[in-house]
Amino acid sequence: MSLAFDEYGRPFIVIKDAESKQRVKGLEAQKANILAARTVARILRSSLGPKGMDKMLQSPDGDLTISNDGATILEQMEVENQIGKLLVELSRSQDHEIGDGTTGVVVLAGSLLEQAEVLLDRGMHPIRIGEGFEMAAKVAHETLDSISEKFDFSKENLEPLVNTCMTTLSSKIVNRCKREMAEYCVKAVMAVADLERKDVNLDLIKVEGKVGGSIEDTQLVYGIVIDKDMSHPQMPKNIKDAKIAILTCPFEPPKPKTKHKVDIDTVEKYEKLAETEQKYFADMIQQCKDSGANLIICQWGFDDEANHMLYKNDLPAIRWVGGVEIELIAMATGGRIVPRFVELSEGKLGKAGTVREVNFGTTKESMIVIEDCAKSKAVTILVRGGNRMILEETKRSLHDALCVARNLVKDNSIVYGGGSAEIACSLAVEAAADKIKGVEQYAMRAFADALDAIPLALAENSGLAPIESLTKVKSQQVSEGNRRLGIDCKDAGTNDMKEQYVFETLIGKKQQMMLATQVVKMILKIDDVITPSGYA
Amino acid sequence: MENGAPNNLFNEQATEEKGEMARLSSFIGAMAIADLVKTTLGPKGMDKILQSQSRGQEVTVTNDGATILKSIYVDNPAAKVLVDISKVQDDQVGDGTTSVVVLAGELLREAEKLVNMRLHPQTIIQGFREAMNCALKALEDLSVNHVDDKEKYREDMLKIARTTLSSKILTNDKEHFSQLAVDAVMRLKGSTNLDSIQMIKKTGGTLHESYLDEGFILDKKIGVGQPKRIENAKILVANTPMDTDKIKIYGARVRTEGMAQVGAIEQAEKEKMRKKVQKIIDHGINCFINRQLIYNFPEQLFTDAGVMAIEHADFDGIERLALVTGGEICSTFNNPEDAKLGECKLIEEIMIGEDKLIRFSGVALGEACTIILRGASTHILDEAERSLHDALCVLSQMATDSRVVYGGGCSEMVMSKAIEDLAKKTPGKRSLAMESFAKALRQIPAIIAENGGLDSTELISQLRAAHVEECCRHGIDILTGTVGDMTKLGISESFKVKKCVLSSATEATEMILRVDDIIKCAPRQREQ
Repeated sequence: MSLAFDEYGRPFIVIKDAESKQRVKGLEAQKANILAARTVARILRSSLGPKGMDKMLQSPDGDLTISNDGATILEQMEVENQIGKLLVELSRSQDHEIGDGTTGVVVLAGSLLEQAEVLLDRGMHPIRIGEGFEMAAKVAHETLDSISEKFDFSKENLEPLVNTCMTTLSSKIVNRCKREMAEYCVKAVMAVADLERKDVNLDLIKVEGKVGGSIEDTQLVYGIVIDKDMSHPQMPKNIKDAKIAILTCPFEPPKPKTKHKVDIDTVEKYEKLAETEQKYFADMIQQCKDSGANLIICQWGFDDEANHMLYKNDLPAIRWVGGVEIELIAMATGGRIVPRFVELSEGKLGKAGTVREVNFGTTKESMIVIEDCAKSKAVTILVRGGNRMILEETKRSLHDALCVARNLVKDNSIVYGGGSAEIACSLAVEAAADKIKGVEQYAMRAFADALDAIPLALAENSGLAPIESLTKVKSQQVSEGNRRLGIDCKDAGTNDMKEQYVFETLIGKKQQMMLATQVVKMILKIDDVITPSGYA
Repeated sequence: MENGAPNNLFNEQATEEKGEMARLSSFIGAMAIADLVKTTLGPKGMDKILQSQSRGQEVTVTNDGATILKSIYVDNPAAKVLVDISKVQDDQVGDGTTSVVVLAGELLREAEKLVNMRLHPQTIIQGFREAMNCALKALEDLSVNHVDDKEKYREDMLKIARTTLSSKILTNDKEHFSQLAVDAVMRLKGSTNLDSIQMIKKTGGTLHESYLDEGFILDKKIGVGQPKRIENAKILVANTPMDTDKIKIYGARVRTEGMAQVGAIEQAEKEKMRKKVQKIIDHGINCFINRQLIYNFPEQLFTDAGVMAIEHADFDGIERLALVTGGEICSTFNNPEDAKLGECKLIEEIMIGEDKLIRFSGVALGEACTIILRGASTHILDEAERSLHDALCVLSQMATDSRVVYGGGCSEMVMSKAIEDLAKKTPGKRSLAMESFAKALRQIPAIIAENGGLDSTELISQLRAAHVEECCRHGIDILTGTVGDMTKLGISESFKVKKCVLSSATEATEMILRVDDIIKCAPRQREQ
């Protein structure tokens, strides 16, 4: 640790308690950071692409996650290194913005840093490298625009969308029934999409999971699913044209907040009390009945007596529905949440086409499905799976596919996948580099090399000879001028990604390159890392 | 940063296993689990004793794969996958829980060899997938369906029940129990809801004395001095407090100023209860069943009215009773004309062993029945219940898919032959994986034979030779230790179970094979 001295020879204290802190400076700091980032990227590298491998992650509580979704892996990995955390953030922001390509962005960042390290060794200044990367990213951006194509689909012809979702799902565990899953996703997105405004509110799509059954039992529900059952086992399980009273008051005698006491000292009073009590229940039920409701959804519990009387009065009821779900139901059915029985009126009832209780398999579990809601187009994808692990992974995969479908509805420009876009960009950057004067030229070439890492990893993960396949495709792209050629991961016998239906959204790809470049620039700019050593 | 990796990427206690190491550790873990349950497979499979770690140190003796795996604590991630898979199998079809784990273990064992030969895991997965599809097709071709022929259908069910039970503790009485299980399931008339089949375990007697009772048996006592036998019973099923009615109005309390008033209130309370009982009796019932306690006073009132009152039937019992007698569960009694009463032809108190139970026979819902299990000890009874439950699950699933395949390793041999034929025609490294799949399938009958103390290698090679012929239905007859025709021996298994075993095991194998990195986070620090 270097020390500064004042004119009397006493050391300046620049950092408090400097002895107990670790400090890395200059080139060493950059190298250390790059190493950390590369380690993270290396972990993810083998998960890239349709044949990517999975990672098994054991949480602090011993729960198991098996996933090949970049964002999930990084999130569950509990990275402690600061630079590692940056990459976790990077993949998370890709996940939030686009929802797909979370692995790709980290791998790209890692490979950019790898290239930067070589340049650093040659004595290039980190800022110049960063600038070179920026210029290269711009070229790549333009190239992406030029090779992008419009993607045609309409409400009648959803096939292309389904194919895209299938591409996304093919690398996941749900591979086996990707066709069905892709269709669910597209249908769900189309159900809530506003095609005129090109807007999709993903909040309206709920992905619910319930352990049990197999993945094939997954279903799409045009409505809301709640994990509850009818309060009385003998209530009707299927209600058509439901008029729903949504209550947040319990079917119990009132409990005033003010402290009070009712003293009973005579037999008459005692009998009166018992009578009043019964009247309470009768009144509550009558009020519900009068409003014209034929289904009660209540946030609180019922008394046994109330429960039976509801049943007697043909008022099926669901109790203990959570606050969030109550709100969702109210929004979807157009009903009002009623906090007191006296305020119940016909206008405040929610409406739904059907409400039914669905039973599952041999286990005695059931759920309530509210369909054809009056107000909203909310849809639910009800995922079934043998165990929690599969369920969670399926949910994540569906989320990715939903995002892809949404992005296409928002902006239907696409680029082809399988590394074809990266190869095209790499070629373009390489060509542009020669025209640049100055050290940046090297940085741009490095950027081009870094881009090659994606198709290389794809080929490697698919069990192909990486360099051989890459060079072959690259030369083909140049000689044939066909920018759609990529790595044939699926052994389909063609390199043309259009024929294989492998494509990604233009925004997604652009975002990937932008984010990766930015993070790399940021990491390169760090020249001093101060950490408290150890946890004292 | 000595060994090239930053030393603080993860928490200090976190571990990461990569590539070959990760694969190795998951292979070892998975195979250890498979080997653990391997010896329980087949009619001559051995049992395991499980001792719980809780204070009671309870002992369970079982050879049910799912039960064993559920009870052991595993730390290896890959092993957890297998445990999960067996749980899924249990939920979906109820049987084959051991087979699925053993098959997955064998597949992994083969896959390990392939990985060592430098085959890319994805290539192996590809090969396994194709092999599985081929095997499923072969299995489908092999299956027979007798759903239209009542006689044969029943015969099939009996055969399946026998096969399922033969690997369990009930093997000595399998004839008896398979009849019993089939009878019970036939009553369900195609529903897969096992709720209406009730099992009551009573120690004493021998397993052979277990029997099927048509109707519903409630493990409760009839109140003192009340009729013990009612014909054409009208039953009111209720869930209401029969001690004193709780005052539900918040803040109400009884405050008196003298002993006289206490007496008056007490009187009023009694009067209220009397009225309630009267209301109940006014329904025109002769049997009253409550979920909650019935205190002495109301009980006495019921006795006076000649009504049978049964208290404290648990929640399940109440719901089931309401279901089978066709009544509804009441909590208020003001409108006797609206209440739907349950009915049954006869209620009587019966003796099983030394216990008195109440039997409801001639109930509205004909599907209900009760199986009474007798046995020397609770361990035997527990195991018998599990075994019978497996058999019932399998049989009830027959309603959704009535196809049957031959057991005794016959279907495995047919599948492995089909896969080998396919492998011969397939170019590329995939074919190696297919051959391995076929080999893993052949291991199943081999393990069954080995567990029976037979010369598995000899038998399997004989069997293989026999299966060169088309349409061969030969399998291993464990009892005689020879190769025989399964159609004659009547060893059948449910197609659905076999199919499930095959696809789940392949899926689990794939899941484990795909992993190339295991990251264990630092265990959460528990506050002492």
